[in-house]
Amino acid sequence: MAVEVKVFRSWGNPFSYRVELALRLKGVAYEHIEEDLSNKSTLLLDYNPVHKKVPVLLHHGKPIAESLLILEYIEETWQENPILPKDPRERAVARFWCRFLDDKCLVALWMSCWTEGETQQNFMEQAKECLHLLEEELKGKKFFGGDSIGMVDIAASSIAHWLGVLEEVAGISLLDEEKYPNLCKWTEEFLKSDAVMECLPKRANLLALFQTRKQAISSVK
Amino acid sequence: MPLRVKAPRPLLPTEPISPPATKHRERSIWMAEGENKGLVLLDFWVSPFGQRCRIALAEKGVEYEYREENLRDKSPLLLKSNPVHKKIPVLIDHGRPVCESLNIVQYIDEKWPDRAPLLPADSYARAQARFWADLVDKKMYESGTKLWKLKGEAQEEAKKEFIEILKLLEGELGDKKYFGGDTFGLVDIALVPFTAWFYSYEACANLSAEKEAPKLVPWVKRCRERESVSKSLPDPLKVYEFVCFLKKVYGIE
Repeated sequence: MAVEVKVFRSWGNPFSYRVELALRLKGVAYEHIEEDLSNKSTLLLDYNPVHKKVPVLLHHGKPIAESLLILEYIEETWQENPILPKDPRERAVARFWCRFLDDKCLVALWMSCWTEGETQQNFMEQAKECLHLLEEELKGKKFFGGDSIGMVDIAASSIAHWLGVLEEVAGISLLDEEKYPNLCKWTEEFLKSDAVMECLPKRANLLALFQTRKQAISSVK
Repeated sequence: MPLRVKAPRPLLPTEPISPPATKHRERSIWMAEGENKGLVLLDFWVSPFGQRCRIALAEKGVEYEYREENLRDKSPLLLKSNPVHKKIPVLIDHGRPVCESLNIVQYIDEKWPDRAPLLPADSYARAQARFWADLVDKKMYESGTKLWKLKGEAQEEAKKEFIEILKLLEGELGDKKYFGGDTFGLVDIALVPFTAWFYSYEACANLSAEKEAPKLVPWVKRCRERESVSKSLPDPLKVYEFVCFLKKVYGIE
């Protein structure tokens, strides 16, 4: 039987992970196609000619790009274990935080780990402000989605797993347990989920990947 | 359904940047009311993001109160309603705010699903609509702003970038009536407000959007024939006046 759902992904890429997690939470069988981001396949470039990036979801041969948009598509196509609330305003709030993560928070976190000096300090300040806002948003909740993992939790998965690795490689600390107890508790709860753990890249492999990248950057200077 | 909307008060370049102190006191009295009033849109007349919301509300025939914000002296209501970004537009629905323009448009579509659907029914088509609206969001404003903010080689680079985006959008529109096909929808709403800036881009950067993407011309005309669009979009000459005012503020010749 032909596999209906395929995911073009790169194993260490947190945006690709979002898509795989959502499919697993909904019990949707899929095939993943590994992409070498330094040598992208013709297929990927055909399916995502505008952005030329992973992830791309292929459903019945039709491609969808951009991880948050793929999550919306997955939510609308497979109704089991909803990842968005039913109420329009609560949906708007969830979408708001997903965008906040992509446009502000994750950028600041990422850049904090790859820059130096004053630039790094500025990014770290921004990152801490973003983490504080997320900390407030989590108050009284197990997950951003309430009692179960929702779209915002999926979008924030890089905070639960990738961030610790990046902090180690960069030699900095951002997710301080004293300052962000809700976020740290959320990380613990998030990582208890079977679906989350099934396709999470191994920490040791991520560490090696980012350390190699750091060395490559340092050697260019 | 009659649409009762307070007409926006245009912020002309000659108006003082800081409003008189009394305006804050008036607003603080309104705040308690405003929080529980039906629908309130916090907006700024020239903002293409605000215009998206106005168009969507008009398409659905929904009544709301329009409130013009002074972006150099933001109201307590705005700062309270959008504490994260402190930006317009914000749609306050019975005291509960919704922020970010495309978010607001989708909210409006989901809240009033019984009329003028802004997204197609089919999930794949919806994904495509969101993709192109997202692209407009990511590229149009930043790229367009560079056209009047930059000069020389940097401006030439910005022009190339902008033309690429226009051609991409033109390619996606093709020979369709609207981006979604026969029905006016999310992508049209996301993009059409920027067309009021085409005159400014031509004047500042010598870039004719009409020449670079001719297929967009009939689409712009078709959109402007809709009352929701013609009543929401500002006069391109007023936009240009505003751009000139901003250039003075930023010290750009």
